[in-house]
Amino acid sequence: MTTIYEQRPGISRRELLKRGTVGAALIIAGNAVISPDRAWGMETTALKPETMATLIKLARDIYPHDAISDRFYAIAVKGHETKAGTDAAHKTLIEDGIADLDKRAGANGYRGLGWEDDRVAILRDIEATPFFQAVRGDLVVSFYNQKELWPHFGYEGESYSKGGYIARGFDDIEWL
Amino acid sequence: MAAPYDLNDDSVVVIIGSGAGGGTLGNELAQKGIDVVVLESGARHEHEDFINDEWDSFAQLAWLDHRTTGGGWRVAKDFPNLPAWIVKAVGGTTTHWAGASLRFQEHEFRTLSHYGKIDGANLLDWPITLAELEPYYAKAEDKMGVTRTNGIEGLPGNNNFKILKAGADKLGYKECHTGNMAINSADRDDRMSCQQTGFCFQGCKWGAKWSTLYTEIPKGEATGKLEVRPQSHVVKIEHDASGKVNAVVYADKDGKLHSQKARIVAVAGNSIESPRLLLNSASAKFPDGLANSSGQVGKNYMRHTTGSVYAVFEKPVHMYRGTTMAGIIRDEAKHDPSRGFVGGYELETLSLGVPFMAAFLDPGGWGRSFASAMDSYANMAGLWIVGEDMPQEQNAVKLHGELKDQYGMPIPDVWFTDHANDVAMRNHAYQQGQALYEAVGATRSFPTPPYPSTHNLGTNRMSEKASDGVVNKWGQTHDIKNLFVSDGSQFTTGGAENPTLTIVSLAIRQADYIAKEMAAGSI
Repeated sequence: MTTIYEQRPGISRRELLKRGTVGAALIIAGNAVISPDRAWGMETTALKPETMATLIKLARDIYPHDAISDRFYAIAVKGHETKAGTDAAHKTLIEDGIADLDKRAGANGYRGLGWEDDRVAILRDIEATPFFQAVRGDLVVSFYNQKELWPHFGYEGESYSKGGYIARGFDDIEWL
Repeated sequence: MAAPYDLNDDSVVVIIGSGAGGGTLGNELAQKGIDVVVLESGARHEHEDFINDEWDSFAQLAWLDHRTTGGGWRVAKDFPNLPAWIVKAVGGTTTHWAGASLRFQEHEFRTLSHYGKIDGANLLDWPITLAELEPYYAKAEDKMGVTRTNGIEGLPGNNNFKILKAGADKLGYKECHTGNMAINSADRDDRMSCQQTGFCFQGCKWGAKWSTLYTEIPKGEATGKLEVRPQSHVVKIEHDASGKVNAVVYADKDGKLHSQKARIVAVAGNSIESPRLLLNSASAKFPDGLANSSGQVGKNYMRHTTGSVYAVFEKPVHMYRGTTMAGIIRDEAKHDPSRGFVGGYELETLSLGVPFMAAFLDPGGWGRSFASAMDSYANMAGLWIVGEDMPQEQNAVKLHGELKDQYGMPIPDVWFTDHANDVAMRNHAYQQGQALYEAVGATRSFPTPPYPSTHNLGTNRMSEKASDGVVNKWGQTHDIKNLFVSDGSQFTTGGAENPTLTIVSLAIRQADYIAKEMAAGSI
């Protein structure tokens, strides 16, 4: 299993500064992807950590919710790392797909393109590919099915244990 | 006590499927003292076991056996292995249905006469009239506890309904209310009233919504004349030398095959599995499949002209709270060809949770347009379009040429392409739905494409003449006297109405017929 963990220890702020990557960009350290604020990290074994970092960026470009942190996108795409560990064809699909994105993006790769519009233009060109379809098709469930995210969307989820909404606002609209 | 019947007992009526058609027929026959074995492919989950979570519930209830689909409809591209969103469980799709219970309109039983010939459409009049079915509609409404019938009050309107009603008023629609719903607005028939939980599609955990699972089936079992065998997947119906059906072969939960002898067989596996089973039961005597002398088995697949409109407002709606489909506008259900199409459509409130909204709002959609729509989820209202679609012979459930299931039987391949009339109707409905919401201040609206089919109809259609269809006016196959079809695949045409009430009414009527014919010794 791929794990996402909070507060990855072992890398000092000084070291991060030395790497010159503090800011909005995800940090690659050894076999891990680490959030810029070090709030979470994710180790990879099957996929390259750079690949995972690009997948996270790609996931945000596919479903851009600016008020939702990278952590949830990381959780949403970690299934590809898990699957790549046991499925060589899937590993190739993801690694090759990301390599292709980087190639199309030019010298600094996909993550190096500063504007979302420039990255999206590349995605529009590849949206029919099995790679993009596999990533998007998985993501639409693995992202939006995270219960922790439902409050962001104003969705309350399970209601039976609370007695439904009969006394909790099923007809509370007042602005009409 | 549920009665266990012997596999060699050839006096039983075997019903395949336990949903609206099969579950109702089984209870009705058992109440008359007739011995019934219901073979249900799915497992038995009591209503307490249902799950208030869209994907988890889908995994619990949905029919997920391998299927393929093709044709011009968008479902073939977006959901190539999920042509239909129906259920594999005791109670069938009555666990999942929303509860809308509408009678057909008089002219919808005679579309060929009323609309005239339509190019590319295989229209046909039903061999029965509304007047013939009315007494059975009345029985079904009482049985199911349909609101606004039998003195039963309507359900209270939720937020999504209030928006619909306000928009209907602005557009001048006259017939808008909280629906004729088989969901208790007060305790009735030992079932409690609706608690506005909002997970109607995931199975009602209160049992407030009518489902054969906790009404017809236990009532039938209580007579000692009905046995339901869950996880019994029928693979073939067999017949004797004279051509009468006499046994049903099914696989149990371990895949072991059994043969249950039968006096009468009634097929009620929904409009994909029912024709598939008849086709897969081909024999030397019936090389094209059972009851298929007309060649119409599997043909004329209908799925209602559907679509949704979701709209975003400046302020919260919380459409997911409360009864999902308790809201309807019926003004467009009439036949008025001046709109550019024949037949009509209903507009009904609808809501999906965040997980399913993401999957179905614009399948395959992504980017800022999509994500910003999702960000507006709390401020969304939604409605569903359900209208009459044209039967077309090439829209069909076929046997797959290569792929087989775990029992070695060809899987179903579901072909569907909209008729031009379907497209014109849907576009009209999108326009009305968007205008309705804009009239009450929507800032953005989405004409959402049809979901995988929930109303699967017509693949064993009823006809006066044996050459035009598969079953007669009683659902009895034209070719084999002791073989019946008891589900929505009997429908000659689809009407604009949600089909369950009509399926239940036909099943009650069919039970009377079967009992009479059995007593007379003619079957």
